[in-house]
Amino acid sequence: MRVALFVTCVNDVLYPRTGIAVVRLLERLGVDVDFPAGQTCCGQPQYNTGYRHETEPLLRRTAEAFAGHEYVVTPSGSCAAMIREHYPRIGRKAEREGRGSGLADAARSLAPRVHELTEFLVDVLGVTDVGAYFPHTVTYHPSCHGLRGLGLGDRPRRLLAAVRGLRLVELPGAEECCGFGGTFAVKNPDVSTAMGTDKIASAAATGAEVLCGADNSCLAHLDGLLRRADVAPGTPHRPVPRPAPRTLHLAEILAATEEEGPLP
Amino acid sequence: MTGGTYLGMPAFPVAAREAVRDGVLRANLRRATHTIRDRRARAVAELADWDRLRAAGAAVKDHTLRHLDRYLLQLEEAVNAAGGTVHWAVDADEANRIVTEIVRATGEREVVKVKSMATQEIGLNEALEAAGIAAYETDLAELIVQLGHDRPSHILVPAIHRNRAEIRDIFRAEMGRWGRPAPDPLGDDPRELAEAARLHLREKFLHAKVAVSGANFMVAETGTMVVFESEGNGRMCLTLPETLISVVGIEKVVPTFRDLEIFLQTLPRSSTAERMNPYTTMWTGLGPSRGADGDGPSAFHLVLLDNGRTDTLADETGRQALRCIRCSACLNVCPVYERAGGHAYGSVYPGPIGAVLSPQLRGTDSDIDASLPFASTLCGACYEVCPVAIDIPEILVHLRERVAQGGPATRDGIRVRIRPAHGHAAERAAMRAARLLLDRPGALRAGERLLARARRLAPRRLPGPGRAWTDTRELPPVPAESFRDWWTRERGTGR
Ligand code: SF4
Repeated sequence: MRVALFVTCVNDVLYPRTGIAVVRLLERLGVDVDFPAGQTCCGQPQYNTGYRHETEPLLRRTAEAFAGHEYVVTPSGSCAAMIREHYPRIGRKAEREGRGSGLADAARSLAPRVHELTEFLVDVLGVTDVGAYFPHTVTYHPSCHGLRGLGLGDRPRRLLAAVRGLRLVELPGAEECCGFGGTFAVKNPDVSTAMGTDKIASAAATGAEVLCGADNSCLAHLDGLLRRADVAPGTPHRPVPRPAPRTLHLAEILAATEEEGPLP
Repeated sequence: MTGGTYLGMPAFPVAAREAVRDGVLRANLRRATHTIRDRRARAVAELADWDRLRAAGAAVKDHTLRHLDRYLLQLEEAVNAAGGTVHWAVDADEANRIVTEIVRATGEREVVKVKSMATQEIGLNEALEAAGIAAYETDLAELIVQLGHDRPSHILVPAIHRNRAEIRDIFRAEMGRWGRPAPDPLGDDPRELAEAARLHLREKFLHAKVAVSGANFMVAETGTMVVFESEGNGRMCLTLPETLISVVGIEKVVPTFRDLEIFLQTLPRSSTAERMNPYTTMWTGLGPSRGADGDGPSAFHLVLLDNGRTDTLADETGRQALRCIRCSACLNVCPVYERAGGHAYGSVYPGPIGAVLSPQLRGTDSDIDASLPFASTLCGACYEVCPVAIDIPEILVHLRERVAQGGPATRDGIRVRIRPAHGHAAERAAMRAARLLLDRPGALRAGERLLARARRLAPRRLPGPGRAWTDTRELPPVPAESFRDWWTRERGTGR
């Protein structure tokens, strides 16, 4: 089987390890991976901030980059939700505005071929035990767009539970948003920070060494808060209990094996 | 939408900052919202056909909204036939004027009020006060808000931001000024507080000749008004006074009595997490048993309120907000509401529904209204619980576009083009620049390499808008090599 990896711009620029982990994981499972070089960003930041027209060229580019690929796999629930949920909507709006059906056709063709990583593993490949080894205590934060947008359900937790050596502990209030929300994080920094520190405090209280997620943008926010020891002085944000967990993308855990160890 | 109670509110992020830093408020809100949130989830889980009820509720509302003109005329006819009088109010000022005139004509200087969102939306209490008429709230939580010279911060539990001790202090200080004083001594036990309110309100009920209410539903086929409530105080107001005035938004109509069957199941479970609310009062004009035998009011006035609703109805994406049955489930699950509190939304409609309703009813001209569509992480928890399936995140993004890029809208019945709100020019330029970069993989690669070369500089604080990130968060470390470059090095060029 051949898949095209949509690594996403955030992972391309800031978290290449996640992309490398996906490649390593999929190849271990006997899947051939392509990386179409025309891909960049799905346009989610633009769209969610209210710049639908700036999103359209990126929709077109993404659809072209992955034309002809039967399976497109991405390690981001929110980018998958953007393509599956919002691309068709953007296409319909362009149509209604009398700008032809080009965008709508592109969106309709791409949307059903896009799979978030855990969906691809569980639903398409039919595996939950991916042969990984990760001897740590882990708690999982389901990011909202994967949880509610895509309906990932317990797929990520089933994959984690099958990892040898891994002890999975439940995150209290797991379904509550972490407060990232794209540009929300800078437009409403106080509320965003309050939500994030609450999330971190819940994660730390589980005693987990690793706070795992399947969306690096949410993890960037949580990791940023965790590493900033001096959280805005004078605000009643809950102090983070120490030792605090470190954040890690699910793909990096699933890519680690007993023989090869974690990613270098 | 007029009714200037909230004019000049600061933008949401500014107002929210205060709330986030108020530890007592955050604790009150967290406790209250989490309790009701969990109870709602249990109450809803009892119904195996919840998803179908939800879809049916949405379908009934959508159908009614599509034929709103027809159902409103049918309603008017039915109410008139049952001895009521129907008035049409295009905006808040007109509705306030109509109610004031009706009260004046009775010669009364006092009215008792059933908890109602529509009368708060139009600022009726203030308008009546200006006309020398005192309006007494009779819902316990509304009473707390009114006595505390406060504003409601929740649709269902307007005093959710207050704890028991604060309520006791308000009762002790204020009750005596408006009627029967609070018992002395007064503790902060909920039962004691409720008893104090009961005694205080009982006097009002027995004196009042005029009552003002809203309605949760209006049935077009029969002209029946429906009020859901928990305390029974509403029923007192609806039955004891001689004149009853109901101010109701035009979107509250449903075609048939049978349609209520859906909402009788979904509304109580979504709002108070009850299988059934304790009091459901229904009346049809003056009714066969009303008026003549002295049972119930002898005059009934229905004021149908538009106040921006027809304009909202004209918007294809935004109109679904008019399905709202004001259950407040979306507030109770909203992580932003939980931290920011209701007052930050600058409207009687706080939380997710407020963030999509206020900028449509009032327009996006003011700072607060232009900031509301951005007061959400788009986490989708509101959409998930909404009993009429309003896709609030979809409307938020749609309204963000109106604010950031401008676009078509209907104001006062006229199709207009909204210009982008001020203060978004820099963002617009940045979004454009980012898009131009992202539309060229070669340029993106060059940018990544530049960033990698500068990675040792790794600033801890960014200037400008980036400050909002680095005030509380470290920046992600920049890797030595992008994924794109790793791939090329390892696998050659991409296909
Ligand atoms: S939007 Fe939905 S959940 Fe929120 S108050 Fe209205 S009906 Fe209830």
